Amino acid sequence: METTMSTKAKNGLGVVSIVIMIWTLIPLLWIIATSLKSTAALADPSQNLFGNFWPKHISWDNYKLIFSGGASDLFLPALWHSIVVCVVSTFISVVLATFCAYAISRLNFPGKKLILTTSLAVSFFPVIAMVTPLFNLWRQIGLFDTIPGLIIPYLALTLPLSIWILSAFFQQIPWEMEQAAQVDGATSWQAFIKVIAPLAAPGVFTTAIIAFFTAWNDFVFSSNLTAQSAQTVPAALNFFTGASQFVQPTGAICAAAVVVTIPVVILVLVFQKRIVAGLTSGAVKG
Amino acid sequence: MSSIELKHIVKKYGDGFPAVNDVNLDIKDGEFVILVGPSGCGKSTLLRMIVGLEDITSGELDIDGKRVNDLAPRDRNLAMVFQNYALYPHLTVYENIAFPLRLQKGKHSDAEIDQKVRQASDMLELDEHLQRKPGNLSGGQRQRVAMGRAIVREADAFLFDEPLSNLDAKLRGQMRTEIARMQRRLGITTIYVTHDQTEAMTLGDRVCVLKRGVLQQVASPRELYEQPVNLFVAGFIGSPPMNFLPARVDGNRLKLPFVDVPVDGELAEKVKGKDVVIVGLRPEHLKDSTVETAPEHSVKFNAVVDQTEWLGNEQYAYIPYEADGAVRKQLEDLDRDLDGEGLRTQMIVNLDPRSRVIEGDEARLAFDPAAMHVFDPHTGANLTRDDDKAAQIAAESEKLRKAALARAHKREVEQAEKSA
Ligand SMILES: Nc1ncnc2c1ncn2[C@@H]1O[C@H](COP(=O)(O)OP(=O)(O)O)[C@@H](O)[C@H]1O
Ligand SMILES: [Mg+2]
Repeated sequence: METTMSTKAKNGLGVVSIVIMIWTLIPLLWIIATSLKSTAALADPSQNLFGNFWPKHISWDNYKLIFSGGASDLFLPALWHSIVVCVVSTFISVVLATFCAYAISRLNFPGKKLILTTSLAVSFFPVIAMVTPLFNLWRQIGLFDTIPGLIIPYLALTLPLSIWILSAFFQQIPWEMEQAAQVDGATSWQAFIKVIAPLAAPGVFTTAIIAFFTAWNDFVFSSNLTAQSAQTVPAALNFFTGASQFVQPTGAICAAAVVVTIPVVILVLVFQKRIVAGLTSGAVKG
Repeated sequence: MSSIELKHIVKKYGDGFPAVNDVNLDIKDGEFVILVGPSGCGKSTLLRMIVGLEDITSGELDIDGKRVNDLAPRDRNLAMVFQNYALYPHLTVYENIAFPLRLQKGKHSDAEIDQKVRQASDMLELDEHLQRKPGNLSGGQRQRVAMGRAIVREADAFLFDEPLSNLDAKLRGQMRTEIARMQRRLGITTIYVTHDQTEAMTLGDRVCVLKRGVLQQVASPRELYEQPVNLFVAGFIGSPPMNFLPARVDGNRLKLPFVDVPVDGELAEKVKGKDVVIVGLRPEHLKDSTVETAPEHSVKFNAVVDQTEWLGNEQYAYIPYEADGAVRKQLEDLDRDLDGEGLRTQMIVNLDPRSRVIEGDEARLAFDPAAMHVFDPHTGANLTRDDDKAAQIAAESEKLRKAALARAHKREVEQAEKSA
């Protein structure tokens, strides 16, 4: 492959990527800036720098409000629900998808193609169309406003995608790895655990992160299928109120948004290296 | 230490085509057996059935007299080196070699494992690479790691599936002798699959030639070369390959494209009543009669040389000819079976390097009719095969094999005494 690139092309790419970075960073910076403004600064541009962008005096009032103030009743349970729902649905999704994808990539059985195409089709369903029927059904069978009531639709959302990604990953791992392990004296289970699973780890992490984000960022299901006892953060933000009826809760909402973004950033930073594929290089001839 | 016995082994894949058909083979303890044949002839399938990665459709596979058809690979205690090595990329070289030992739970202590791994790495000169990952090794080093993983565990037999086909020519030569030395030293039953007849000839105690799933001949390399049973074996073994010339039978004479050869005695009896036969003549049996003295009774003829190749220690001349219509189809089929390219028919002559024949010259050639192989064009059977001679060669080869094993064993004992 040609790796040398003309200086001109490099500079051009550099400029383009800087533009894209600014484009995506500005809204995030704006949210952070807003979350640090006091109620007064929110309404008065003269208390801010750079044309109403950054507050002259940083205020932590909004964070106090959501963690210990008036909004904490709403925010803290929602944060807890978010964590539980996302961790559980990610875990189930990854485990099920790993076994399913392994079977799809290794076994020849009738209906294999059907499973794959169905799962791809399902992940294209417009979620908003599923919400109303689910709402009615959940009301009747008592799943409305419960944690499982959220986990199930999230699984429906993330499983197809996870199966799809993971089967692509398993298909890349040469069959012979496993056969070599069996000849070396491993049972099928040992071959899977000691050889295939470590090789598929980057795929599993990628899938886990995608599954986690899908659930973590969901608004449609959470706002429609929960009321109180299972509401997650994106839906709860909707119900924030200001300090008084006449104050907009902008600052508090921004503070909450910053707080829920942090886990996402940490996850990406921690698993960045593991997501990089190519771990299988060197397995076979070079 | 094991003997392996294959009885009427058949393998049919989903489409019902027998990839391996009724193979019978008796492999003795400590023997080095080669499975050879053009690609797609079922060598890998046969090997994978022995190791247990492929179900046996019918027939019986015995190891040390015990039927193992239904045993899982891990219960057969065989070690295998795969064509593309199949090393575990997430483990270091050390852990790759230790892998089979660690799976035998409770059988080896850590110290024992360490000692065995180091012994194998010492033998394969992998000591300085033990902590590296396979991805950072060269092709030859990976190959040795794969062998280390196979020898560390004291398996009953080694199975190799084209282990050298991914290496370059020079390394291939080195590893070939390395494998031969290791096998003699360890004295372990070995089955080695290759499509390369040179590897087959140099490594094997006995070579099994396969064609489309059917065993053609099982014999020592020398017997295969000198007494092939049929056209296919004769064409497959030897490099450059045997020349096949169409010959019309005319009373007591065979009319070859360049010359008429008188036949008598037994052979005359066998070709009687046939219209045409195929004559096989190895390139080295054709001599340039101007620089070499041809053997007695040689027939001499002149032919125009189209191309010559001088390689220093030997020289090849290419002489095109028109194949006779009556056997052209047989020769084309044979060419296809041997993975040939269907190029024009030409005779290859292995000339003495002193020969000064150049392209376009008329060369004076001679050969001894006794060196000819004569094949039935329809069955492909070798009409000139001498069974007594073949049996004699087989007996000699077996004696040589036993002597080599004993020698290797003696050297091992001496080494052990010296180091003790
Ligand atoms: N899994 C399979 N399914 C169907 N046919 C197969 C399979 N594996 C091999 N074959 C067929 O069996 C024949 C022998 O294959 P193989 O043993 O790999 O040949 P070789 O190793 O001698 O090149 C080939 O014709 C091949 O197409
Ligand atoms: Mg093969």
